[in-house]
Amino acid sequence: MAGYVKRSRQTNGHTASKGGTEESPFFKWLLITVALLFSILFLLLPLVNVFAQALSKGWQAYWTALSEPDAWAAIKLTLLVAAITVPLNVVFGLAAAWAIAKFDFRGKSLLNTLIDLPFSVSPVVAGLMYVLLFGLQGYFGRWLADHEIKIIFAVPGIVIATIFITFPFVARELIPVMQATRSEQEQAALTLGATGWQTFWRVTLPSVKWGLLYGIILCNARAMGEFGAVSVVSGHITGQTDTMPLRIEKLYQEYNAAAAFAIASLLALLALLTLGIKTFLEWKQERDYERAQRAAESYEDSTAPTSREPEITAVRSQP
Amino acid sequence: MAAQRFRVLPGFGLTMGFTLFYLSAIVIIPIAALFLKSFQLSWADFWRVVTTDRAMAAYKLTFGASLIAALINAIFGTILAWVLVRYTFPGKKFIDALVDFPFALPTAVAGLTLSNLFAGNGWLGQFLVPLGIKGAFTPLGVIIALTFVGMPFAVRTLQPVLENLDRGVEEVAATLGAGRLRTFVKIIAPTLLPTIITGFALSFARAVGEYGSIVFISGNKPFQTEIAPYLIVFRLEEYDYLGATAIAAVLLVISFVILAVINYLESWAGRYQR
Amino acid sequence: MSIELKSVSKQFGEVAAVNNVTFSVNEGELLALLGPSGGGKTTVLRMIAGLEVPTEGDIYIRGQRVNDIKVQKRNIGFVFQNYALFQNMNVFKNIAFGLKIKKWKSADIKARVRELLELLGLEGLDKRYPHQLSGGQRQRVAIARALAPKPSVLLLDEPFGAVDAKIRQELREWLVRLHHDLNVTTLFVTHDQEEAMEVSNRIVIFSRGNLEQIGTPRDVYEQPANEFVARFIGVMNVLELEVFKNVGRAGELQFPAPGYADGERIRIGFRPFSVQISSDLNQFPYQAVVRQTYFLGVMLRLELELESGLLLRSRMSKEEYANLALYDGKKVSLQIRNYRILSREHEPLGPELTAPEKSSLFVGEGI
Repeated sequence: MAGYVKRSRQTNGHTASKGGTEESPFFKWLLITVALLFSILFLLLPLVNVFAQALSKGWQAYWTALSEPDAWAAIKLTLLVAAITVPLNVVFGLAAAWAIAKFDFRGKSLLNTLIDLPFSVSPVVAGLMYVLLFGLQGYFGRWLADHEIKIIFAVPGIVIATIFITFPFVARELIPVMQATRSEQEQAALTLGATGWQTFWRVTLPSVKWGLLYGIILCNARAMGEFGAVSVVSGHITGQTDTMPLRIEKLYQEYNAAAAFAIASLLALLALLTLGIKTFLEWKQERDYERAQRAAESYEDSTAPTSREPEITAVRSQP
Repeated sequence: MAAQRFRVLPGFGLTMGFTLFYLSAIVIIPIAALFLKSFQLSWADFWRVVTTDRAMAAYKLTFGASLIAALINAIFGTILAWVLVRYTFPGKKFIDALVDFPFALPTAVAGLTLSNLFAGNGWLGQFLVPLGIKGAFTPLGVIIALTFVGMPFAVRTLQPVLENLDRGVEEVAATLGAGRLRTFVKIIAPTLLPTIITGFALSFARAVGEYGSIVFISGNKPFQTEIAPYLIVFRLEEYDYLGATAIAAVLLVISFVILAVINYLESWAGRYQR
Repeated sequence: MSIELKSVSKQFGEVAAVNNVTFSVNEGELLALLGPSGGGKTTVLRMIAGLEVPTEGDIYIRGQRVNDIKVQKRNIGFVFQNYALFQNMNVFKNIAFGLKIKKWKSADIKARVRELLELLGLEGLDKRYPHQLSGGQRQRVAIARALAPKPSVLLLDEPFGAVDAKIRQELREWLVRLHHDLNVTTLFVTHDQEEAMEVSNRIVIFSRGNLEQIGTPRDVYEQPANEFVARFIGVMNVLELEVFKNVGRAGELQFPAPGYADGERIRIGFRPFSVQISSDLNQFPYQAVVRQTYFLGVMLRLELELESGLLLRSRMSKEEYANLALYDGKKVSLQIRNYRILSREHEPLGPELTAPEKSSLFVGEGI
């Protein structure tokens, strides 16, 4: 629930006349003005401000802030965490979606709820849970220390906490898409001799690829930007366990606002890129939907009494 | 025979097994560990830890600010959704895409830029602070940050429902002589209300758990601008694991209750569709 | 013997979808699985394909027991009701899919696909995607895809379910010709008795999971095994009679009913063809008025009202209609040549009985 935003938008396309169902122009423009002001205040200004502040001391300072070793280390760590987290959650998402969308079993809705659970857990609480498990005082702390495995205040902890936070994204996107592709397509592949893997790679995966990509970009954005959970488990060791968001906090506390904004501007760019891809994917989905609608219409045409169906004249015998 | 299911498709055991393993390792066992740890406290100790004055002040701020932010979002989010669905105006597509921005933007960046905007020398603060409106390092700042992070939920929950709203019903009302206001109050609002409440609840749930953006804008002063998640972090930094765990358990239980309420709300909102 | 089912049952939870079904299909046969929806016919088809596992019983394809053979290895071609074309592949790739799985050489695949495109009248459509095809084209692509790997059996689930009457007619004729030319054992599911009668060599009739009858279209029409089949295939007049002194009566109609006790109520049924009409009011025992005439192509259906108000349906050719100089409102005489005594719906029908000619039975015994 409280983790991401749903986008199911299939416009009804009813361009019914608006006579009598339209507000007075004054009221209409009042509403538009209020909405615009609200959007500018809460959406546009914060966005523009990031870049304005990042460049407030000029390009030179901006570049220095980004190329500084600690900043560079934070960038690399963030990329590393995303590079581990996203593939793992993709594998999980595919497995969970396959099991949930293609089969019936008891406790399916419970499983669905459990998958959504991380959305409703506060990031700080999530981080704490892993401290309690893997921290020095934690349930596995002694054992881990004996084997010289460091999870908390180290990269593995950051990765695990990020996995938790981004856990539902791919699965949540894939489950409805996989349910929508009729399992008859998979059955057809089976009757033609395809094995389970062949069916999955050649039929299932191509038909859910846009949904998967959508899930991946959301998962990635969240993985790179996670703050609360990572903050609890990272230990804030500069140059070692500082991700980009943590680095921003540290610079901010050091009153180095311009440097903080410089790193923040990279994450803001990531957010814009994510929005761009998201918008593109939604547009694509809408287009596919319209195509399907059109196909259905042409299908109706072909079944109309005046048939455009080519006459089937002769069936040639098979050599 | 429509709802026939089959086990002809392979891979159920493999995918289900992996799903359950991964789910247990990442989600279930850690959550269980948290509750297990909190049981180390006696009930009296637990109660004492989670109801200290400082904790109570933190809950009050967390839930109070979340409530106000969710209300703001319910009102302005509804207006925004309505405007985006019903009207055309320059820049509409851009605004529509931008609605998801708070969701895509890392919370740390959101906190950073908002606190900068409302600080005394910020773009907005330079006008607001002289008027006595202090957005940074005050409870107001918390509300501002929570409004920001919760907004997409309010708008995006309502938007599809508005789009699928049958215009015909409004037209019928008009042909029956109902004025626009009456149509809105009697026809549109009752249909949308469950969805607006769902959006409100989602934005509230998001706000209750929020941490990243608040850290930057609130100043985290005990009894004044300290939210419950920050108190957990503070207890952890004191190595008071039990204290942190107890407060976390309280927050976790509350989020599960909110989750249950939202599930109920969604099914309630869904009754008008199909 | 191409396919054999022996005492096959299928349970879905508590529901028995198929109940102890036994029948066999000859090599090269075109067989219809007919019945109302929920009758179990699709489940039977899916069990033959291996998409459903029987709860009990054995299935044989060409003498080999296939219960434990997976769907991939059964060498069947299956055409789904909604065609289930791969949306992400064009026509060529759809048809080639099974061949690629079987690791054919790409030149062979090309040749085979071209052959099928030609066979099914799909030339020039190979680059199109399913959403760019009409309903009929999609269906032919689905059939081509199923035929490509040269299956030993072709299975079609409601193949003409989603097309309108005109194309339906074309597709039926086309399926008959295709089957004739390829000579592949073909089973198709339908709920349309006319379609089954017209297309198939033999019909298997299902209702509520039970096999009611298997036979040629003529068999099931003329020798229905029970009342369900009799009423499902074609039109049937059904009358309830009250027996008195070995004669059953309904209105003025009388039928010999030896062996039934006085006061017992029995039902009889007869086809419209059995109602014989004459313009000579004295030729047959009962008088009736033509109420309504329906023109069904070369055949006509008449609704006749007896003096007692009973309505009967009759059927005749146009020529006969012309010869009798019939019109709505005309008075005629009629007799019922053959009828059967009906029992409960799924129990075997009694033998066909011939009504006696204007015999003593009818004289002086009217009520």
